[in-house]
This record gives sequence, C-alpha cells and structure tokens, in this order.
Amino acid sequence: MTDRVTGDAAQPAGEDVRLTDPEFLVPLRHQMIKFATLQLRDPDLAEDAVQEALAGALKNQRSFGGRSALKTWVFAILKNKIADALRQRSRIVTASSLGDDEDDGETFAALFDARGHWHLSEQPTGWREPEASLRETQFWRVFEACLAGLPERQARVFMMREFVGLDADEICKALALSRTNLNVMLHRARLRLRACLENHWFAEDVR
Amino acid sequence: MPNCRESTRLMSEAQERALTWGERVALRLHLLMCAGCRNFGKHLHFLRGAAQAYVPGEAVDADAAHPDSTSVTPESDAPTGH
Repeated sequence: MTDRVTGDAAQPAGEDVRLTDPEFLVPLRHQMIKFATLQLRDPDLAEDAVQEALAGALKNQRSFGGRSALKTWVFAILKNKIADALRQRSRIVTASSLGDDEDDGETFAALFDARGHWHLSEQPTGWREPEASLRETQFWRVFEACLAGLPERQARVFMMREFVGLDADEICKALALSRTNLNVMLHRARLRLRACLENHWFAEDVR
Repeated sequence: MPNCRESTRLMSEAQERALTWGERVALRLHLLMCAGCRNFGKHLHFLRGAAQAYVPGEAVDADAAHPDSTSVTPESDAPTGH
C-alpha cells in the first residue's frame, strides 16, 4: 500500500490510511452496520444510514493521521445519520422494543439492600485517574465487554443517549417509551456499567 | 432523606433533566454523608465522557493490528497505598 502514502511531512510516521483501502473499509463497514442495526433495529434503515455516512465521508475525505482518527470521524458522521433516522421514525414499534428487559429489578437487588443502601461490597470506590484509561486499548476492551453484558434494551437506550446523543424526549418518541420507563432503564444501565468497569478495570486487584 | 438507591436515581435523572430544588437539597444532604454515592456521581460523569469517546470495534482492531499493545504496562507514577 505504499503507493497510497501521501508523503505529507505532517503525517505521523508509518500510517496513513485511506477510507478506500479495502483492508480498512471492509471491517469498518461491518462494524458500522453492526452498530447501526443495534440502534435502528431495521436492516434497511441501518444499511441506508451506513451508506449515507460512507458517501458523506468519501465526499469530504481528508487526510488523517491514522486509522483510529479516521474511524472516529466516520463514526461521528454515522452517529448523526442514526440520530436523524431515529428522529424521523415515529412508526412501527414492535412489542419487543417496549420497556425494560430485566426481571423485577435484579440490578437493584444486586446492588442495594432492603433499605436501599449499597451492599457493602457494591459501594462505589474512588477510581484512580480514570481519564488516563481512555488512552488504553485494554480499557476499551473491558468497556466493550461491559456494554455487551448489559440487557440488550438497556444497552440500546444508553448508547442512544450517550453515544448517539439523542435527548430523553427524542428517545421516548423513537421507542414509544414512557419517560418513567426510560429513566429506569438508564438508571439501571448506568449502575451496571459502572459496577462492571469497577469490577473489571478500576478495582485495585484487577490490574 | 433519600437512600442510596434513590440518590443514584436522582443523579442519573440529572443527566437528562434539571432536578427540582427539593431534589437537589435532598440529594446534597445524602451526598454529605455517603462516600459511595459521591463516587457514583463522579463515575456517571466519567461514563458519559467514555461513551462519547468510544469507537465501536476499535479495541478489536487494535488487537489485530498491534498485538503488542494488549499488554498493560504498570503505571510507575501511580500513587500507591490507596
């Protein structure tokens, strides 16, 4: 692939990745489809969003320092396309997309005692330099595993809110959820994710 | 005064809406006495930032492209005796 290197002196050594490189594009597209499908629950809409995002990215293609920066940029475009698709969609809400997918508050029972206080072992502890973790590949692997461990609908609304960036009203409308229901799902998702990150990354004895 | 479960609910909802005056006062009182919930509040903030910085599948890519980067290097400058 050396013929694709621009020779731009400002590039960090070694890696200049083009969106059009199949080695880059094929797995990227696969990850985009996977994410868009999780969010939109509709293969056609997901495919459209990904196509539009890639077309937009290709049209405005610029030089990036490496695959990571390029990917971040392409996903930022995809987030916008997904947000648009969710905002426009006030149709078909399948029964399965309604409500929480958790049995009577197992998250709460696992974390809090009968009086609503933390179980001793579940009390959140202080995390050392959490921001530094964002630069570590291993942290993202744990983050991804923790997300995957959430009940599916909790993960979906959490990502809609925090990654795609819809506000609560938009999510309620797109999913035909009551505000109370959304609040409960986000609360549970945050409790679970937090606990998972602590248990598998931030706790003193796991690193 | 709210318990921990209720306080974490309020902190979670504060990510989506402004709390009422009464809720803020109640929450603040609880947080004065509860280190666990204070930590929870900080972690919520971190979660939001992490979700925004997240790139799906990136960790998997890194595994394939740079197998060496998987080893976690000990942080020599990290404080000890936590």
